[in-house]
Amino acid sequence: MKQFRYLKNVTTLKLNPEVCIGCGMCTNVCPHGVFIQNSRKAKIVDLNGCMECGACALNCPTAAISVTPGVGCASYIIQTWVKAYVPGANNSKSGGCC
Amino acid sequence: MQEMLPMHTDQSTADDEVCCGSPPAPPSSRNERPGYVLLPFVTHFANTAAGPVPIVKTNWGRNEWADTIKVRTGIGRDEAKIAPGLYGVGKPEAEAPVLVSANYKLSFDTLRKCIDGLDAWILVIDTRGINVWCAAGKQLFGTAEVIRLVKATRLDKVVAHRRLILPQFGATGVAARTVKKETGFEVIWGPVRADDIKMFIENKFHADNDMRRVTFSTLERIVLIPVELSFLPKPTLWFFIAAFLLSGISTEIFSFGTAWARSLMVMSAYFGGVFAGAALSPTFLPLLPGRAFSIKGIFTGIAATALLLFLFDGTTLFLEKIALGAVTVAISSYLAMNFTGSTPFTSPSGVEKEMRLAMPFQAGGLLAGAVLWVWAGIVS
Repeated sequence: MKQFRYLKNVTTLKLNPEVCIGCGMCTNVCPHGVFIQNSRKAKIVDLNGCMECGACALNCPTAAISVTPGVGCASYIIQTWVKAYVPGANNSKSGGCC
Repeated sequence: MQEMLPMHTDQSTADDEVCCGSPPAPPSSRNERPGYVLLPFVTHFANTAAGPVPIVKTNWGRNEWADTIKVRTGIGRDEAKIAPGLYGVGKPEAEAPVLVSANYKLSFDTLRKCIDGLDAWILVIDTRGINVWCAAGKQLFGTAEVIRLVKATRLDKVVAHRRLILPQFGATGVAARTVKKETGFEVIWGPVRADDIKMFIENKFHADNDMRRVTFSTLERIVLIPVELSFLPKPTLWFFIAAFLLSGISTEIFSFGTAWARSLMVMSAYFGGVFAGAALSPTFLPLLPGRAFSIKGIFTGIAATALLLFLFDGTTLFLEKIALGAVTVAISSYLAMNFTGSTPFTSPSGVEKEMRLAMPFQAGGLLAGAVLWVWAGIVS
C-alpha cells in the first residue's frame, strides 16, 4: 500500500501519549500501519497514511486517540451537502452504492 | 416452526413419468418449511443446544459466480443478502471457532469459500446487505449488532469457548471491549482478507503485518469499474437531452437535423470522459500524476480528448474542439474524483478538501463547454 498516497496534512488523527497505556489495540486494528508500539506507548509513524476510519479511536480503552471518522467517498459527501442545504431533500435516492 | 413432513413413498413411478417432455423435479427437501425458501448452498441442519443450524457448502458453483457477477455489475445489489443468524461449515462442535460476517451475500460467499476444510461457525449479523467495510463506516457492522446476534443465537450454548473472530475492517464499527463486557465473548481481530483466515487460525490467531494491511492491486481496482459505470444510465439520459437541445440552437432558432448530428459529437465527448474517469483512472491509479483523484482524471481526460479530436478533426470548428475537450476533461475529473468512495486509502477530510477545490472547476468547465458549443452553433 505504500505506493498509494493521498493528500497530506489533512487528517484529524490525534494521539495523546500521556493517556496511552500501550495496549497495542490501535496497532492491531489499523489497516495502514499508522501506529507502532514503542517503549510501552503507541506512536504514530505514518500520519499521512491515515484514512480516518476511526477503528483506533473506537477501540482505544483510554480514549487516547481522537479522529473525526467519516466516509471518504465523494458521492456520500455530496449527499450530506444536499441534505444540509436543500430543504426536504432527506428522501432523495442516493447516487448508488449505499 | 412446522414439523418436517414424512418422506414420499413410492418414488420410482413419480420420477419416471414424463411431464411436458421431461421427468418432474425431485421431491421437496425435508428441510423446506412453508413460508421459507431453503437456500441452495445449505446442505443440512446440525442439531445444537440452541436449535438447528444450517451447514453451508464451501465451494462455489454456478449460482455463486452468477450472483457475484450480478452484484459486481450493480444488478440487484440491494437484495443480495442472507438472513442474519448462526450458520456452520464442516462439522463444527463446541470448540470450533466463530467467524463473524456481514449479511451481504458476496461477503458471506467469499468467507465460506476461504474456509473450505475448516469446522467453524459463522455468525452473520444484519448489515442491511452491505459489505463489512462500508457497513462498519456507517456503524451497521457495529457493536450493538454483534451483541444482539450473540445473544439472539444463544451462542454461549453452542460453543464452549468465548471468542469471536471479526474481520479487521469491522474495527471501525465495533468496540471490542464493549462486546466483551456485554456478552462475555472476547473479540479477536482477524485478518483484513478472508483468504488469510485459515493461516490465521493455524497460527493460533496471530496475524503478521501483511495480514493486517489493506491492498489495492490492479485487479482489485478493475473489478470495481463495472459497478461505477452502473450508476450512469440515468445521468447519461439527462445529459443527452441537454446536449440535444443545446446542439440544435442556430440562427434558425432550432434545427433537428443539426441537433442530432452535433449531439452525437457531444455524446462522444461525454463517453470519452466516462471512459477516462471511470475506467482509465481507476486502472492506472498509482501511475497517474497528482495525489488528488480529480487531477488524475484531468490527465486521462486530456488523453481521451486527444483521441476524440483526432477522430473529429475535419468536422469541427476550433471553438467546438475546445468545447468538446472541456466536456471530456470535466466529466473525467468528476468521475475519477468519485472513485475515492471505492478506495481503502482516501480520508474523508482529504476528499472533502479535494471536492471543494475541484468541483467549481468541473462545473465551470462544463458550463464553458456548453457556452462555446452553443456559440459555435450560432456562428457556423
